[in-house]
Amino acid sequence: MQDASTAVARRDDLRRYLPGLETDRRLSDWGRSERVESFVDRTFADFLYHYWFRCEVVGIENVPAAGGALLVSNHAGALPPDAAMIAKAIRDEHPYGRPLNITVEHFFKGYPGFSMLLPKLGCVAAHPANVHRLLYDEEALVLVFPEGQKGPRKLYKDRYRLQRFGRGGFVASAARAGVPIVPVCVMGSEEAAPIFAHLRLLQRLTGLLYFPLTPTFPHFGLLGMVGYLPAKFRIRFLEPIKLDVSPDDRGAVQTASETVRARIQENLFEMLGERDSIWLG
Amino acid sequence: MPSRRVLITGLSTYWGGRLAEALEQSDEFETIIGVDSRDPTRELDRTEFVRVGTQHSLLRRIVEAAEIDTVVDTRLIVDSLVTSAARAHENNVIGTMNIIAACGGPDSSVRKLVFKSSAHYYGAHQDDPAFFTEDMERPHPPRTPLERDILEAEAAVADFAEKSPGVSVTLLRFANVLGPSVRTSHTALFRLPVVPMILGFDPRYQFVHEDDVVGALEHVLKQSYPGVYNVAADGVLALTEVIDLVGKPVAPILPPWGTGMAAAALRRTGVEITLEMLGQLRFGRGLDNRLLKATGFAYRYTTRETVLKLAEHVRLSPILRGTAEPYRYEREVEEFLRRSPNVRRAGRRPGERANGRAALREGTVPASAEGEGSAGPEAGADDYDDLEVRELAVVLGSLETDDLIALRDHERSARRRPDVLAAIDDALARVEAGGGEEP
Repeated sequence: MQDASTAVARRDDLRRYLPGLETDRRLSDWGRSERVESFVDRTFADFLYHYWFRCEVVGIENVPAAGGALLVSNHAGALPPDAAMIAKAIRDEHPYGRPLNITVEHFFKGYPGFSMLLPKLGCVAAHPANVHRLLYDEEALVLVFPEGQKGPRKLYKDRYRLQRFGRGGFVASAARAGVPIVPVCVMGSEEAAPIFAHLRLLQRLTGLLYFPLTPTFPHFGLLGMVGYLPAKFRIRFLEPIKLDVSPDDRGAVQTASETVRARIQENLFEMLGERDSIWLG
Repeated sequence: MPSRRVLITGLSTYWGGRLAEALEQSDEFETIIGVDSRDPTRELDRTEFVRVGTQHSLLRRIVEAAEIDTVVDTRLIVDSLVTSAARAHENNVIGTMNIIAACGGPDSSVRKLVFKSSAHYYGAHQDDPAFFTEDMERPHPPRTPLERDILEAEAAVADFAEKSPGVSVTLLRFANVLGPSVRTSHTALFRLPVVPMILGFDPRYQFVHEDDVVGALEHVLKQSYPGVYNVAADGVLALTEVIDLVGKPVAPILPPWGTGMAAAALRRTGVEITLEMLGQLRFGRGLDNRLLKATGFAYRYTTRETVLKLAEHVRLSPILRGTAEPYRYEREVEEFLRRSPNVRRAGRRPGERANGRAALREGTVPASAEGEGSAGPEAGADDYDDLEVRELAVVLGSLETDDLIALRDHERSARRRPDVLAAIDDALARVEAGGGEEP
């Protein structure tokens, strides 16, 4: 009915037609709830960030103060604490304390409980259209884990070795929206919730993505899922990478994706080399 | 190209009637003809009604004879609450094909086709984007018969658009409609004393107000807007937020696994949870409505305001329940009123009009003020807050003491207009005085 090119051209200047803010509402259009978020922030995240993981942040100035940016990070831990810590770092240390949108697997939208809670905390499904709307139209910060679930599900013996970065969809998204990529390295999440083995039968029974055996799970029940060990966290935000690739050029996208991956991996190894103790940093 | 000679297919559906009513107000539309296989359900002044199904040869003759330039198809069934799957299929797929056949052809006078479709086109799935744009397709094939029909009907329209470059085809995909007078599976859901949800899910919902639906249909008639447009109000609400605004308790009684069976059991008890609703209750759906806004259309209500309007109606409907008789179509009367040289006053006929405000605006005698009719249940309750004192006075006369008190409470909490409050107090005093005299 309308060919694709005009549709795209017409879509580009639609930013000003975004719905206005309704002050009486407690939720955003994405389902994000400031109330739930600040409650979790004041209790759980605050404790973990300051006292349990004793996060130290380097390079927070690399997170842009305005405009969209795509944060790309390594991902680890049975129930990964890294996303929450990155969000908390930006909220607390950044001069503008910008809210962070965390992309998660579509799986969580279909799983009871998660489906209700995660959007309230600022998580959105990792759909290219969602990422584009956030980055381009709403000029927001988006965090992606290109490793996907391969990151957190890897065993303790493979710690800090980045898994493959898929097909580089994140590069295409950033290029299409014309925003920089900010690589992020998180050290400590691997030791906070190490996975020793996978329990396939229980995974099949619960329908979860994976069912790990960690120091505290499953023998301490559901609470054991958040029974993190007190590893020292260090978060490093690297220089933003301005992309100059066409989102449709597969080769260039793949190359850029590899560059980002290599940069995170190098920095991780560097940080590990400087670390004296897992627990004290 | 503005439309001048309009044919509305499905005149007797809710939307057909509402649209014809709206188009009558404007002089830009010189001819409005409506066809349907049933009698019209709304009282219309200058719309010509022809009782005909979707036989395309008959439709074609009407189109040719009246030199119709625009066909608006409001007939699509998008809610399985309304009718059986077999009849919906007949109407949605076969009917659409026939109407398209009647519009097409090399010597056809039709220059514009407006087709009312539904956001059920996109479905509701786990791997959906948060906001569907018009160029997206559903990620998985549909499972419910109704959604299959909608896809098939849209495919037929798209095919027609491709093959007839001379015709501007506009396809509108509407989000779930809420409103005081429309009946959908979602208005039924929010009228329940407790609203069932699926345990562990809080889906995102976007609605559109019934007046905005009519407004959007009218908007695309004023110019040529070929293409597909989503029609959904600003703002996507979580279901808990919606239910909270309606003021009902939430009951997460549907289990996350085996939801279909539980819904079937609930259906036995009279709680209508339709098949296409199940996906939405689990995953929700949001639409990107910016393309239509960019054409200059302005929504009157946001999703939140739409829900609030419904909430108001749900609270007031037991109080303002029907005093007016429903409209019945009588061919002879309509013929007389339209054709007889003895009819002096074309336009509003006194006494039956549901819309008192329209009468007031046009300067004719507000028949309702004489007390022989009344403002009717719909006008009374749908925009209660928009009604003027004079119009309210009509309703007040027919109310009991309890209802008046409830109405007064509502006014106090809502707009607090002194003149309205005084009118209610007056009516109260009158009722009480009258009650005292009677044995």
